[in-house]
Amino acid sequence: MGTPERHIYLDHSATTPVDPRVVEAMAPYWGEVFGNSESSHAFGQAAASGLEQARQTVAGVLGCRPAEILFTGSGTEADNLALRGVAWAARRSGRGNHIVTTPIEHRAVGHTVDQLRDLFGFEVTRVPVDEYGRVDPDDVAVAIRPDTILVSVMTANNEVGTVQRMFRIGRVCRERGVLFHTDAIQAAGRLPLELDDINVDLLALSAHKFYGPKGCGLLYVRRDTPLVPAVTGGAHERGRRPGTVNVAGAVGLATALRLAEEERVAECARLRRLRDRLIEGVLAYVPDSRLTGHPTHRLAHHASFAFRGVEGESLVLSLDLEGIAASSGAACAGGEPEPSFVLRAMGLPPEWSLGSLRLTLGRANDETDVERVLEVLPGVVERLRAGG
Amino acid sequence: MRPLRRLLLDPPGESDRVARSETDHSGFLGGAAKMCEVRVVVALSGGVDSAVAAALLVERGYEVIGAMLRLWAECGPGDAHANRCCTPDAVSRARRVADQFGFPFYLINAATAFKDQVVDYFIAEYGAGRTPNPCVSCNRTIRFGLLLNRALALGAMYMATGHYTRVRRAGGRYQLLRGRDPHKDQSYFLHVLTQEQLAHVLFPLGDLTKKEVRAIARQRGLPMAEQPESQDVCFLADGDYRRFLTHQAPHLFRPGPIRDTSGRVLGQHQGLPAYTIGQRKGLGIAATEPLYVLAIEPAENALIVGTARELGQGECLVEGMHYISGAAPAATFRATAQIRYRARAVAVTVIPLQHKRVHVRFASPQRDITPGQFLVLYDGEVVLGGGVICKAQQSML
Repeated sequence: MGTPERHIYLDHSATTPVDPRVVEAMAPYWGEVFGNSESSHAFGQAAASGLEQARQTVAGVLGCRPAEILFTGSGTEADNLALRGVAWAARRSGRGNHIVTTPIEHRAVGHTVDQLRDLFGFEVTRVPVDEYGRVDPDDVAVAIRPDTILVSVMTANNEVGTVQRMFRIGRVCRERGVLFHTDAIQAAGRLPLELDDINVDLLALSAHKFYGPKGCGLLYVRRDTPLVPAVTGGAHERGRRPGTVNVAGAVGLATALRLAEEERVAECARLRRLRDRLIEGVLAYVPDSRLTGHPTHRLAHHASFAFRGVEGESLVLSLDLEGIAASSGAACAGGEPEPSFVLRAMGLPPEWSLGSLRLTLGRANDETDVERVLEVLPGVVERLRAGG
Repeated sequence: MRPLRRLLLDPPGESDRVARSETDHSGFLGGAAKMCEVRVVVALSGGVDSAVAAALLVERGYEVIGAMLRLWAECGPGDAHANRCCTPDAVSRARRVADQFGFPFYLINAATAFKDQVVDYFIAEYGAGRTPNPCVSCNRTIRFGLLLNRALALGAMYMATGHYTRVRRAGGRYQLLRGRDPHKDQSYFLHVLTQEQLAHVLFPLGDLTKKEVRAIARQRGLPMAEQPESQDVCFLADGDYRRFLTHQAPHLFRPGPIRDTSGRVLGQHQGLPAYTIGQRKGLGIAATEPLYVLAIEPAENALIVGTARELGQGECLVEGMHYISGAAPAATFRATAQIRYRARAVAVTVIPLQHKRVHVRFASPQRDITPGQFLVLYDGEVVLGGGVICKAQQSML
């Protein structure tokens, strides 16, 4: 026992370390280029130039126009702006009152939609997901009503890694003339994000999920999409997201996104091999275990499990004491008294859904990390079951 | 690592325990033997006591893990009230202690279990005309139940808390003793512990006084050295249990008759949970001499009041008796008893009955024997056990 010699980080869906190349790209913007990007003098122009280059870079990766990119303070803020902005714009023009979403969205979407329902009188339909956490695009089509203003479906789920049929859902929305928002926060750097392919109108990203800095998000808003600002103030980001722009953060986000996209195919192939070895090993060595989420339509770095009769919180703490950093479901679900709402929505019985474990791989992980997990995890689960 | 099952069946020997009564506190602080192999989960509350407990265990060489329970809290309109035992402030204070001493710190979610086992019990007891003690219930089911189980599951040999109480091993069994500081002794709250639990708990403050604990905290530069103490029930947003009950269980408040001991109706009460035994103020009755609440009769939704002369009770019935030794005495015995935390221990004769019940006869009549509170029996400084007061009487025999 005692403190483990090496800590293995397997929680890359919670956050990632900042890539040194990103740190380097951001460096000038703390001191040297410190101006307010809205100022007209030389200092402001230097900052604005960095900001617009960042916007250009992001637009290049996503295949959109620079003017369609808004920088925000987080992925959560981007989701909030998308939902409130579209809903309030619809309210202003009297266009409709109904939102379609899913029961497995991150709280950044789920709680915002609930607030729009409870405080602003919007109606909400949550289309069901199957046992793998996938939405049937036909269910989305059925849920859309004449007064539907927005469909919001996450690209890939944070807890179980399942990837949605984005193209088909997007096509349904396009055919019905309804705006389509997606929380793509888990997908960036892990899936191709070509916006025209998925017919999406609004898309949220967060830099720290792909080796960028924390506190930097972005919202893609397709041109001519009506959006009322959720934060009001000055002229930054054309008034749609006022507040002096974090230029260093925007540069960091853009650099990290570009690097992640450049390395995506090779890195995802590597991670997929590690992930599949991990999944195969855990299911083989731990009795009464199952994979949660889809076996193939899942993020390349994402392995999530349920263990019958084990308490997920104790599992995570026990692994931490063995030097393995994992999570039980979502990182922000720490204070949640209930079994995971995602697993419940997928119909997993409570004796399974309480014992969830998420292992998410990243750049620093290799085969030895996977083997270490396979060495430690079976014993930890057995001990917890014996003590339960 | 020792296998858990073996740990549970085979309590470790006395050599590695720090909170023995025979260990004086200077010896304890000296800590010659290193305890690197022994993992202890310390239940941190963000207060000074548990922080000092953790500090002492670290200095003694234990492998310390800090844990704080996330408990249920009443939600106010619009914004979340945190339970006093785990406010964001308390969490950050506990985290600072963990940082200072370099041990891991975890939040353990017990909100649902706490609501079921402690808060619902609290409401149900008031509904049954009794005055509950939620801290005892929490110790039994949450702190020394759920949290202790989690600690053992994490490979810990012990769980430690900052309670002022002591454990001693005598004749192959564990005894629970009063804390050395008579003003802080918290053994009353822990009389529900079992042999299995006592085998796996450490109380590093048992031999210390509060003054000494504060001095240790100051010496170590602990952030909460001067933190004031709070006695309120942790899950009440404002310490007002009547307001809490009117929000959470309005159906419990049904007006009914106030009677004297002869059955004469003197007035109307506002709902039984608004009253406790011995209460004098707020009855709303004009009388020639002061009237006190003598009894609460939920079956008739009636409040029984009387004069100061009628307050003293000589006997009571206690149910759900738990004996720390694990063996219930068959014959009548003498002991001392506390009828609530901070009550003076008084001489009693205990007559065991069937179904875990006992008659307790006090050497002199006691005021305010309150159904729902725990009666805890002591033999000198040794806690024998206790149960719930269900009925007080002038004379039973």
